[in-house]
Order: sequence, then C-alpha cells, then structure tokens
Amino acid sequence: MDVLNLAFVAAVLTSAAPVLYAALGGALCGRAGVFNIALEGQLLWGAFTAVAVSWWSGNPWLGVLAAVAATAVFSLVLAVGAVAFRADPIIVAVGMNLLALGLTGFVMREALGATGTFAPAGLPGLPDLDVLDGVPVLGPVLGRATVLVPLALVLAVVLSLWLARTSIGLRLRGVGEHPEAATSLGVPVTRYQMATVVVAGALCGLGGAQLSLGTVTAFTENMTAGRGWVAVAAVMLAVSRPLWVLGACLLFGAAEAWGFRLQGIGLPQQLTDAAPYLVTLVVLVLSRIRVRRRLRAADPVAAESAAHPETALHPEEPR
Amino acid sequence: MTGSTAVGSAAGGAPPAAELRGITKRFGPVLAVDGVDLALERGTVHAVVGENGAGKSTLMSVLYGLHRPDAGQVLRDGREVRLGSPLDAIAAGLGMVHQHFRLFGSLTVAENVVYRAEPARFGVLDRRAAQERVAELSARIGLDVDPTARVDTLPLGVRQRVEILKALHRRAEVLILDEPTAVLTPGEVDSLFVVVRRMAEQGTTVALVTHKVREVLEVTDRVTVLRDGVVTARLTTAQTTAGEIVEAMIGRGLVPAVNPRGAVRGDPVLEVDGLRMPAAPGASRVQDVSLRVSAGEVVGIAGVSGNGQRELVEAVVGLRRPESGGVRLHGRDLAGLGVRERRRLGIAYVPEDRQGMGTAASLSVADNLALGHHRTPPIGRRGRLSPRALRAQAAELVRRLGVKTAGVAVPVSSLSGGNAQKVVLARELHHEAPLLVVEQPTQGVDVGAGEEIHRLLLDVRSRGGAVLLVSYEITELRALADRVLVMLDGAVTAELDAAEATEEVLGAAMVQAGRAGSPAGSASGGGER
Ligand SMILES: Nc1ncnc2c1ncn2[C@@H]1O[C@H](COP(=O)(O)OP(=O)(O)OP(=O)(O)O)[C@@H](O)[C@H]1O
Ligand SMILES: [Mg+2]
Repeated sequence: MDVLNLAFVAAVLTSAAPVLYAALGGALCGRAGVFNIALEGQLLWGAFTAVAVSWWSGNPWLGVLAAVAATAVFSLVLAVGAVAFRADPIIVAVGMNLLALGLTGFVMREALGATGTFAPAGLPGLPDLDVLDGVPVLGPVLGRATVLVPLALVLAVVLSLWLARTSIGLRLRGVGEHPEAATSLGVPVTRYQMATVVVAGALCGLGGAQLSLGTVTAFTENMTAGRGWVAVAAVMLAVSRPLWVLGACLLFGAAEAWGFRLQGIGLPQQLTDAAPYLVTLVVLVLSRIRVRRRLRAADPVAAESAAHPETALHPEEPR
Repeated sequence: MTGSTAVGSAAGGAPPAAELRGITKRFGPVLAVDGVDLALERGTVHAVVGENGAGKSTLMSVLYGLHRPDAGQVLRDGREVRLGSPLDAIAAGLGMVHQHFRLFGSLTVAENVVYRAEPARFGVLDRRAAQERVAELSARIGLDVDPTARVDTLPLGVRQRVEILKALHRRAEVLILDEPTAVLTPGEVDSLFVVVRRMAEQGTTVALVTHKVREVLEVTDRVTVLRDGVVTARLTTAQTTAGEIVEAMIGRGLVPAVNPRGAVRGDPVLEVDGLRMPAAPGASRVQDVSLRVSAGEVVGIAGVSGNGQRELVEAVVGLRRPESGGVRLHGRDLAGLGVRERRRLGIAYVPEDRQGMGTAASLSVADNLALGHHRTPPIGRRGRLSPRALRAQAAELVRRLGVKTAGVAVPVSSLSGGNAQKVVLARELHHEAPLLVVEQPTQGVDVGAGEEIHRLLLDVRSRGGAVLLVSYEITELRALADRVLVMLDGAVTAELDAAEATEEVLGAAMVQAGRAGSPAGSASGGGER
C-alpha cells in the first residue's frame, strides 16, 4: 500500500513537472505585468528542439541546453512584439502558439522524415535518478524520474523566495504592479519585462525537454496537448505566486495520474484523458466565483473589472 | 510677464537650492509653460499657484526631469544640471510627490520607501534595515507610519506620507509636492503642514503646488503665481493678501457663490430609511442612516473621509446593494434597480473619482459628454449613434460651461483636472435630473472654476432640483448647503441647519467621540481598521 502511494506521488510529480516549468515562467511574466499565453507554443517548441538536438548530437543534455536556448530565442517574439513594440500580447501569443504547432510538425517531416511521431530506436532520453534507488521515500518517488522533476519543485521555492527577498525580485514586483511608478524611480521597465519573458521562455524550454526526453522519449505532433494552457490557468489561479502555482500544478498532475489509474480499472480513455482539464476548469470557475464574491463585498467596481482576465492576472490579491 | 520682478538669486549670498530659468515647454500646439523663471531658496516653502491648466504640474515635471524643456535651464545650488529622467533628478537631490500617488499597493510601506534604493546584502533585501530606515525617517520629521503595513490598506493621508518618506530616503533636499492637499481631510492637511514646516526648518526646500489660497497663507514663505504658462506675480507670503493672490491667479476678483437659503422647500425627492451597509476595507459600516432631500434643497454630508459617506452614496446611485433599509425617489422604492434604471428615473451622479469612475479618460470629450445618454435621441436612435448630434451637443456644453479644451475630439485625459471635472458636471447637469448626487465637486479644481462649479450647483437648487453633496471641506458645505448632516463611524451623528453649521461646530462634530483623543489626522488614521 505504501509503495503504491509513493508510486502515485511519483506519477503526480512526473505529470506536473512540464506544466510547472511553464507555469512558473508564466507567473514571472504575470508578476512583471506581461500577460503570457504563449506557454503552450513555447513548451512545444522546447519539446521538439530537445528531441531533435538529442537525436543529432547523441547527447540528451545537449538536447536540454538547446531546448532552453531555442525557446528563450523563440520567446523574443513576445518580448519584442508585446513589450518593446507594445503590440497586443494576446495576438502575439496566439501567433506564437500557431507558429510553434505548424513549424514543429513541418520541420519534423522535412528534417527528421517522420510524420505524427518521431521516436526512433536509439533516441537518447534523459537518465533516471538511479542513484536514489534504495533510498527510502526518495527512491520510490524520484528514482524513475529525471533530475528535471525535482529541479522544478526546487525552482518553485527558489523563485518564490527570490521574488520576496531580493532587490531584483522586489523591483520586478513593482514593475508589474505599477510600471509608471517603477519608471519614475529609475527602473527600466521595458528591459525588466523583456528579460522576464526570455527567462520564462527558458523555463518553458526545460519543461518541453522534460516532456519529450523525460516523461517519454519521443516527439509527437502537438504533444503538449494543452499543458501550456493548463499552465496559463495555473498562473491565474495562483495570482502569479510561485508556491500557489506549484499547488495548482500538483493538482493537475494528480488529476492526470488519477486518469491513468481509472483507465486501469476500465473507464474509457476519452473520459480519463479529460480528467485533468475538467479538474482545471472546475477549480478555475470555483476560484473566480470566490474572488468575485469577496471583491463585490469590498468594492463593486473592482468586482466588475475583475471579470476580465487581464486584470485577473494580478488583481487585488485576496488577503 | 506682468508683475515679474528681479530674478531669483538677488540676495547675493547662497544660490537658491533649485532654480528654473526661462523654461518653455510645448505639447504639440499647446504652449504649457512660456519662459518661466522660478527660484526656490534653501529652507523655504514656496507656493506655486494658478488656475487649472496654468502649467504648474508641467513646470514641476520639468524640475523633476519628467519633461525635457524646449528651452531653459535647471540649476541646483547654482550649478546647471541636465535632467534627462527622474533618475537624474533624484541623483541631484530632488524629490517629488505627484498629484496621483505612484505607490505599489500590494507592497509594504518599507518596500515602497526603499524601492530601487534597497539596503541589501549580495542582492538579498535587508528587511530589518529597511524598516529601521522608515522608522528613523518618520521620527525625524514627526510622522507615524507602520513600515510593515500593506500600502493599499492605508488611507490616502498615510499613503502621502509614504511618498514623502520615499523622497527623503533618497536624500531629497528639494521636495516638490503637487497638490498634496487635494485628497486630504482637514485634519490630515494640518498634520501635513506641520511636517512641511519641520522639513523646512531642517533645511529641506519645499515647492508646494496648491489651489487653496488659505494654505498658501498658512504654510508658505514665497508665492509664485502662474497664468496661461507665464508668471503673473512673485510675492512674499507675509506681505500679501488672499485677494492679491486670487487676482493674480484668475485676473479678476472673486465673488464667492453662496446659497441664498430661506427659499421654500418642495416635496421630498430622495428618502433614505434605516440604511445599513457592510463595511468596505478602511471604512466604517453604515448603520441605520435615514435622510431626506427635498426639491430645491442642498443637503450636505460632512465628515472625515471613510466614515460611510461613500457607501451611502453607492446605495443611493445603485452601485452597491444595502443590507437593509430603503432608498426612495419621489416616493418610489428603488430596491433592486441598477445604476441604469436609476439614472433613467432621474438620478445624476458626479463621483469623487473622476479619472476612474467619472470619465473614460481615453475617450474624447464628446464621447464622455454623451456617456449614459447614448441610448436616447438625439444621440442614439435604434442602437445607432449619431456622430453629428454627439458633436453638436458636446460643442454646446463645452461652450456653456466654459470647458477649456483644444476641441471636443481630444481625449479627456489631455484636460487639466478642473476641466475634466467640468466635463463630468456638464454631462450630469445636462438632463436636469431631479436628484443630483455629488462627491467632492471641487477637489483639485482652481478657485475660479471652483466658484463656477458652486454656482452651477446652486443653479440646480434654484431650478428646483435636489442635491446631495458629499464634501470633506467645511467651507464648501457652508457655502452651498441648506442643511448639513455629519457622518461619523457610519452613522449620522449630527444634523445642523445652515445657520448653526459654523466651522467650529462642524469641525468638532466631525471628529467627536472615539477620535477626540488623537490629534486629527495624525497616524491614527492608519490604525483605524
Ligand atoms: N502630456 C500632455 N500632453 C498634452 N498636453 C498637456 C500634457 N500635459 C499638460 N498638457 C497641457 O498643458 C497645460 C498645462 O497643464 P498642467 O498640467 O501643467 O496644468 P496645471 O497647472 O498643473 O493644472 P491643474 O491645476 O489642473 O493640475 C494644459 O493646457 C494641459 O492641457
Ligand atoms: Mg496639475
């Protein structure tokens, strides 16, 4: 029974990790005042680059590095478009998501000669944390996962502390909350925002690499399957706070892991696949209802504006 | 330049702490400031006054590096400084508290104060040091602020202190205060002025932008008056009079508008019975408020901000549902009706927050004048807007109320505070609604325009309209109201006839009871909730 539970925890963490990377990136952007819904496309871009470079170089770590670099570069589209040139971030992000979907499929066909799925024999994936075998608790929980899984958890904590306790973190929070005020104190808002978007891109690259070289060792067309959107939901649910993001992503991971279990006892796959998305939807709706109710009690006008997603990104935080 | 006397550093000795020479600044076709000289002597409090749109904020923004002047120089302690940005200004020892605060609501007081100038070790914030710094600075100038409080939980008066602390933390020697009193209650104003005087004694130079002549006389040493971007007078406060200042500001004497009173009251228009509302953050819950406003009557609501006035108004205009109690208009129960229905039944509303609620800042003057009436002819017909009717109406209203604007197509955000307020009033007065609810109608408005606005409100009264007037200013209430109700902790604690409502009586009634112990407006404001 104990082993079973730890195995479940392991499954939750593995499912949650890619989403968590993307959501942490999204949360940073939210804190910096950039609405980043390009997480899905960036995750996909990272997953593809990781597989492609791992295959060409024979080294999965090079694949991870390449994913981080390539996704950071990809995110420049949002950084330059939405931050530097003040284009609508939603439109830029939608373009990026479509571009990533089309381009990864296209390059896979043209350069790798595969359609649908690319999973050749000998594609090097990331190694498991075998060293933990035999260690109580940690062994069963992380022994079959890659190092990127615990790293995601650590990052959530580190980012949370970084935002709260460092000078740069403080400035970033200020930039997102009141850019004019930050400017008037000499903080280069645009530079902060662009840097944040690029860092978020790098995080999405890590998430993508975990997905295609860790969770599985393969690239499938549109393999992110909405995980980036779940990350967006997690960011909004958590009002851009990293530790809350962690909680939201674990919930998602749990729903996915549950889905696999339910499949095991014979429920149709279509239903179990939908489980994590259903859970996300329900939690999102419930939380908005709660926030609105509280805001309405406090301030009717704010409650109206909180109905809009952009303001929901960093609204009057519930105290 | 009519009354300009010898420029700046006449006295010989030390150069002024800050000096502007021949500053000119245009915004497109608008010449906002035209060759202005201004010298701020060290350790003095210098008033900069003038009508709305006279160029005060623009001039101060030049001094703070927010606007680059088209011509002219800025000097600090006699040396020319180039201010490309506020950062340069901060480095040069200048600080500014803006008309609209620039604070981070979700951050603490200490975080706001040290932002971008943080005590830190290896990039890690030293929170203890930040809090101690705030405590030390506040003690130095006699302020009382909790460094760990979240700024958005604080009343405006305390937020302003945070702004002042921010400047002092950056070692500002010249502090610019742009209309610091516009958002303060009378008690808060008094304690601000104590702080201002104390800072000046400690050698800080203060430039104070204000519309209120009384404040000029009370706290400043020198006065510079601007009109249409040029200096019309330089005065020494001790040797001048209110009349002289006003005349330099508006180019004529001022005849204050005063309620003639005595006229017969008509039928009740607004009746509020046993109203109860839940408490909003930082405010009191409204408990059992009843009042009545009759046709041809102005009823004033006095009180320190946050004592339930806003909640009362929201219940009347339909922005918030009361817990219990009724609101009736001409005897008709308004329960369950929203803002739109109430407006149609005849409630006009001029909110306190004219940027956020009163206007849509990025829309044109014409659009703003039509808002809320855009569904009815002549402007709206069967769901379509008539641009021509819209413009015609706007042109007419702008002319009638004397709104100073470059045209009806420019966005409201380009208007000065007083003119934006006139736009709101024009819209709300236009349809001659039987009930007008106004909050702080002359906040941030210059004396000339304020007087015109007072006249407009009294016109409503004389045509038989009912006016519910919320104001924190005793003089305004005394000038306009037939009756004054005092709100304290969410209840009406006193009802006074115009004749009885002297300044002393009102002032005392506003701070009675629980608050009497603390000097009005000192830090106790923050500890209320
Ligand atoms: N950013 C801007 N763009 C265009 N015009 C502007 C801008 N800022 C100010 N103006 C114009 O410059 C003139 C001076 O404005 P300013 O804000 O300095 O007046 P003010 O004396 O501070 O008025 P108030 O008492 O209403 O605050 C006004 O005509 C105003 O419309
Ligand atoms: Mg101004």
